[in-house]
Amino acid sequence: MNKHFQYVLRMGDNALILGQRMSEWCGHSPFLEEDIAMANCALDHVGRARMLLTHAGTLEDKGRTEDDLAFLRDEREFFNFLICELPIGDYAFTLMRQYLLDAYHFHLYSRLQKSSDSVLAAIAAKAIKETTYHVRRSGDWVVKLGDGSDESHRRMQDALEEVWGYTGELFAVDEVDDYASRKEIGPDPEALRLDWERDVFDKLRTATLSIPDEVWPISGGRKGVHTEAMGGLLAEMQFLQRSHPGLNW
Amino acid sequence: MNLLPLWEVFVRTRRGLDHKHIGSLHAADGAQALQAARDTYTRRQEGVSIWVVEASKIHASQFEDNASFFEPAEDKVYRHPTFYDVPDELNL
Amino acid sequence: MDQNSVSNDQARFDQIIDAEEKIEPRDWMPEKYRLNLIRQISQHAHSEVVGQLPEGNWIGRAPTLRRKATLLAKVQDEAGHGLYLYSAAETLGESREKMMDDLLSGKAKYATIFNYPTLTWADVGAIGWLVDGAAIVNQISLCQTSYGPYARAMVRICKEESFHMRQGFEIMQVLSNGSHTQKSMAQDALNRWWWPTLMMFGPHDSDSAHSQQSMKWKIKRQSNDELRQKFVDQTVEQAKHLGLKIPDKDLRWNSEQGHYEFGPIDWDEFQRVVKGGGLCNRDRLCARRRADEEGGWVRDALIAYEEKRCVRDKGEAA
Repeated sequence: MNKHFQYVLRMGDNALILGQRMSEWCGHSPFLEEDIAMANCALDHVGRARMLLTHAGTLEDKGRTEDDLAFLRDEREFFNFLICELPIGDYAFTLMRQYLLDAYHFHLYSRLQKSSDSVLAAIAAKAIKETTYHVRRSGDWVVKLGDGSDESHRRMQDALEEVWGYTGELFAVDEVDDYASRKEIGPDPEALRLDWERDVFDKLRTATLSIPDEVWPISGGRKGVHTEAMGGLLAEMQFLQRSHPGLNW
Repeated sequence: MNLLPLWEVFVRTRRGLDHKHIGSLHAADGAQALQAARDTYTRRQEGVSIWVVEASKIHASQFEDNASFFEPAEDKVYRHPTFYDVPDELNL
Repeated sequence: MDQNSVSNDQARFDQIIDAEEKIEPRDWMPEKYRLNLIRQISQHAHSEVVGQLPEGNWIGRAPTLRRKATLLAKVQDEAGHGLYLYSAAETLGESREKMMDDLLSGKAKYATIFNYPTLTWADVGAIGWLVDGAAIVNQISLCQTSYGPYARAMVRICKEESFHMRQGFEIMQVLSNGSHTQKSMAQDALNRWWWPTLMMFGPHDSDSAHSQQSMKWKIKRQSNDELRQKFVDQTVEQAKHLGLKIPDKDLRWNSEQGHYEFGPIDWDEFQRVVKGGGLCNRDRLCARRRADEEGGWVRDALIAYEEKRCVRDKGEAA
């Protein structure tokens, strides 16, 4: 498979699957202000997914559109990080996942602005503005809930334990990342990891949360091997396109 | 249902204009109120600057005071330029 | 306060209303005017909030990414509109807490239309086209309402809602011009949503309990029947454009009156759904209650954090 295509597709998948999960909160958030805020962030991710998947389709050069890529691939052909597809859980879980990914995206998109792929650089220039806001918002939430009541502290610590093992995958290197960093399409994942860890450790400490010592790195997303939550997500997302193929909507 | 404090939101829609009251929302603190105001009241590029003020911190004139506050200004017509009799052609 | 000053206040209030000026939050107003407004505005707010649910049911299943983004933005707007309206009601001294409690306990009402289920993608189109179309007719009229904060919220909402109806109509248009299945999906949605939409305008003027006083106070500016007629007249033409059939055998153009005549509305069904007999009444309230429960610990945590921060700040200052 075309590695450049695959590199962009992965990012598109992350944005799409995360956006899909976040939009589940629409109408169900803890209070009205959060319904609005969460939907704003979800919209940023869906918008980003559209740009990235369209770009991926161009790179692949087989005539696939953003919708072909989103709605007509099977589970094994999706390459998002597993952390994106996990069910939304409670608000603590959602915000913890959000923060860990926002912090990752912040450093990723900062660097991607200098990508040798000019389309990707342009997408990153837009995404970084959104992400700067996202990480500020979710970071504030992590601190407030982490250092809030006993219950919220416990929920945040649980969320952190639950999600931590999925973060290793964010910085794993395979031949696609290798290719991307050699061609200066994307950043060196190791440098990304150092920046991410610095920010995240610092924020979690402020939130009075303890970094889990037990590490149980789980990965598979990049090989199209997913958690069982992914099948249900795709079944829902792709339902109309699958049951009525080839139509305009 | 327990509730977070009420904040009043003021938005400057573009440079050169005053901040204008646009509505209210509930938030735990100023930072969160600002973010919620951004998400709620500037979704369609309605603003270039936001102020939030905790509603309980606002002092407002009372309806009962209207007569004593505002009506005494009614007979001070000499504060208005039209009060003065000057030649029109000078465009003063 | 003596009798004299109350009647002075009343006279001043009447004068403002007669002069088509706005009543503002700290003005004196008859208690019944205040309560009537709180009832109407909060009911309107609840409708926006509960209204997120039927369409929200399809965000995850929207058939294209463009549709997903526009639907998400649209449903988010409903939340925003709910917030503007609660905000307007709060200026009357009613807390959002109290209004939410009334919604969750079932004491307060919301638009019955949202107790109908969204079964197909065409329902999303039909809601945008019909339900938002009806809402706009009502809301444009309310931009002239006599209470300032309510009128201002309405102006803002109307500005934002124009995209809602267009996105619904666009969905219906694509389906109507699509495959046989898509077209029948669209017709089926129109069949199910048409009558409940007409009920949205409320009982006939002759049977409307709150209407007359509301009109006198200029809270409502046009009657239920006037607004309903306006909606029918404009929507029948739109249905023709879509090539869809309005499910009313009595529908006919009355050239003398310049209006469409339409068949009798099934008010028994309306009452049944108002009283909890709709397919989704229970689900809608359950969903709101779940959200509120999730909100409980989150809000408690925010308050706890704020208290700690105040103590810390004081410690540092000392």
